[in-house]
Amino acid sequence: MIVAEPKPVSEILDMVKDAGRVLIVGCKGCVTVCNVGGAKEAAVLASTLRIARRNDKSFIADSHTLERQCDPEYINELEELIESYDAVVSLACGVGPQFIAERYPSTRVYPGVNTRFMGGAVEHGVWSERCAGCGTCVVHYFGGVCPIARCSKSLMNGPCGGSTNGKCEISKDVDCIWDIIVKKMMEQQRTDELIEFKPPKSWVTARDGGPRKMIKEELVK
Amino acid sequence: MSDLKAGSNLEKVLRAGHFAFTGECGPPQGADVEAVRKKAAHLKGCVDAVNITDNQTAVVRMSSWAASLILLQEGVEPNFQMVCRDRNRLAMQSDILGAYAHGIRNMLCLSGDHQKFGNHPESKNVFDIDSIQLVNMVKTMRDEGTFLNGQEIETAPRLFIGAACNPFADPFDYRPYRLAKKIAAGADFVQTQCIYNMDKFREFMKRVVDMGLHEKCSILAGVTPMKSVGMARYMAKQVPGMDVPDSLIKRLQGAGKGNVAEEGIRFAIEQIEEFKAMEGVSGVHLMAIEWEHRVPEISERAGMLPRPEV
Amino acid sequence: MNEFSPKIVAFCCSNCASAAAGIAGRTGMNLPPNVSVVRVPCTGRIEILHLLKPFEEGADGVYVAGCQEDSCRYITGVVKAAKRVAHVKKILEEIGLEPERIELFNTSAASGRSFVQTAVEMTDRLQAIGPVSTDVNQNFERGAQS
Repeated sequence: MIVAEPKPVSEILDMVKDAGRVLIVGCKGCVTVCNVGGAKEAAVLASTLRIARRNDKSFIADSHTLERQCDPEYINELEELIESYDAVVSLACGVGPQFIAERYPSTRVYPGVNTRFMGGAVEHGVWSERCAGCGTCVVHYFGGVCPIARCSKSLMNGPCGGSTNGKCEISKDVDCIWDIIVKKMMEQQRTDELIEFKPPKSWVTARDGGPRKMIKEELVK
Repeated sequence: MSDLKAGSNLEKVLRAGHFAFTGECGPPQGADVEAVRKKAAHLKGCVDAVNITDNQTAVVRMSSWAASLILLQEGVEPNFQMVCRDRNRLAMQSDILGAYAHGIRNMLCLSGDHQKFGNHPESKNVFDIDSIQLVNMVKTMRDEGTFLNGQEIETAPRLFIGAACNPFADPFDYRPYRLAKKIAAGADFVQTQCIYNMDKFREFMKRVVDMGLHEKCSILAGVTPMKSVGMARYMAKQVPGMDVPDSLIKRLQGAGKGNVAEEGIRFAIEQIEEFKAMEGVSGVHLMAIEWEHRVPEISERAGMLPRPEV
Repeated sequence: MNEFSPKIVAFCCSNCASAAAGIAGRTGMNLPPNVSVVRVPCTGRIEILHLLKPFEEGADGVYVAGCQEDSCRYITGVVKAAKRVAHVKKILEEIGLEPERIELFNTSAASGRSFVQTAVEMTDRLQAIGPVSTDVNQNFERGAQS
């Protein structure tokens, strides 16, 4: 799933400082799963804004949560509601504010979260990056582990010389993923695969190749 | 010596069977040419070639190829370095052509410290290709005369290819295999991370010799004299991939105030003597960073002078 | 002369805190009149939104009275409540309000005194901090005293 982090409330307050009627739009997708932008969090943010702007008696902050903000059919649901507000704060990943802004060009739309990465929960309350969206998945060459997303240097022939005690040189809190890959594959008697030279990656399918689209021909009208 | 790959001094020294001796020099954090010339002057005649680091520890310095040119002008052979952190494959191939065009003949291919350590931590990192892919790319340019995309290079660069080797990083068991991988990719010589744990290094070299790697690639053992107890402690705790045994720290402490640097040099010289006799080791790489003025003395005491003329 | 009387909302669990309230009542100790009590089955049930609502409605402070950590009837309830209170402290700080306006207290079922004492402590604290709203309709004249 896409993992995001809440923006500091002070930043959001600054964004909407000139607005008198703010709508917080939550999303039941990924941001609900990482407890950052679901119905609960949208309600909390609306309440927070109301407390912060308590001296302005006419100030309104409401929340509304959509099934997803990455499908036009749900964005359309905001049509009647959105007219009553002069600012919208979307708590969905970066897709949400853009879909809302595109569909309602005269509304000021603001992002309420910072979208970080694609990952999963490793323990309750902790999410970790797993995928960098490189477009050419080869995790099976590395024992089911992705070095592009999880190695700080995206090495394909790692580890580098900075790997110490299973930790990456950048921080003691970051595991050296190559330490994990090597130990796993050596244990599985796959050392010969490890020694095999991995040639330079083509980054054409990654973001480096330009903004991407995925089309399912059999579904396009 | 007609089948020389690049014809550099370092290559010739190794090919002739001499025990090689290389040094290191960090370029300035500015455009000060004199600073480079001064360091080169200390090292001239004491070593076969000098490493010129490339934005080491992700701190911006005069580029390695530029400082290498200054060294060439001073009559010192440079080991031009390139890290994978700052350049993509286009810039790399482009710089390799340029470096060769200007007379550079040795090149070290390294990953590069992550920019989080350096003085521009907000920068984007590149890592388009990794160090082993870079080694292979330089080899392909030299031996096949083609760019990475297969296109022919009309005047191909012919460089003597080096890589780094860290016998002390984890996982220890995998390190000889990784060295094998670098050699298969095209490394002609490797320089190890500076060694303090001699037991562990001996163990590493045993495995390397068992695999016959020393016959395919020249291995230079890294030596950095300890200047102070503080330096030893710092390297033990703060530098990733470094192994400094407590016994060495105790030895330095035992030397007493004012004598630590001398004790550090003594230890380094003992190491060099052992490396001269160690199977599989073809030379020593001396990293006396910001201590270049002591290199002539250390070279003398280690019996490295005069350097062979090839 | 009117001293500012802070409006306080107190969330109390049905276990320890309420038992303590019972003892307080029986021994004649009374909660100060500015404190409104909301009973919850367990403080672990309190959501962040519940803790913010009182401030929206004009409260100057909020506190949560739950069991001691090792005697929570629902085991981890009061521990969760503590984390949520900590989170709301951060929110208050972000919007320019004093984090001391919200607090969690671990009361004992046996102590009626501590139950009342908590309310008094919070009242004193909030009197020192001052009211949330600078709106002239608020019932205080702290600013007039000097």
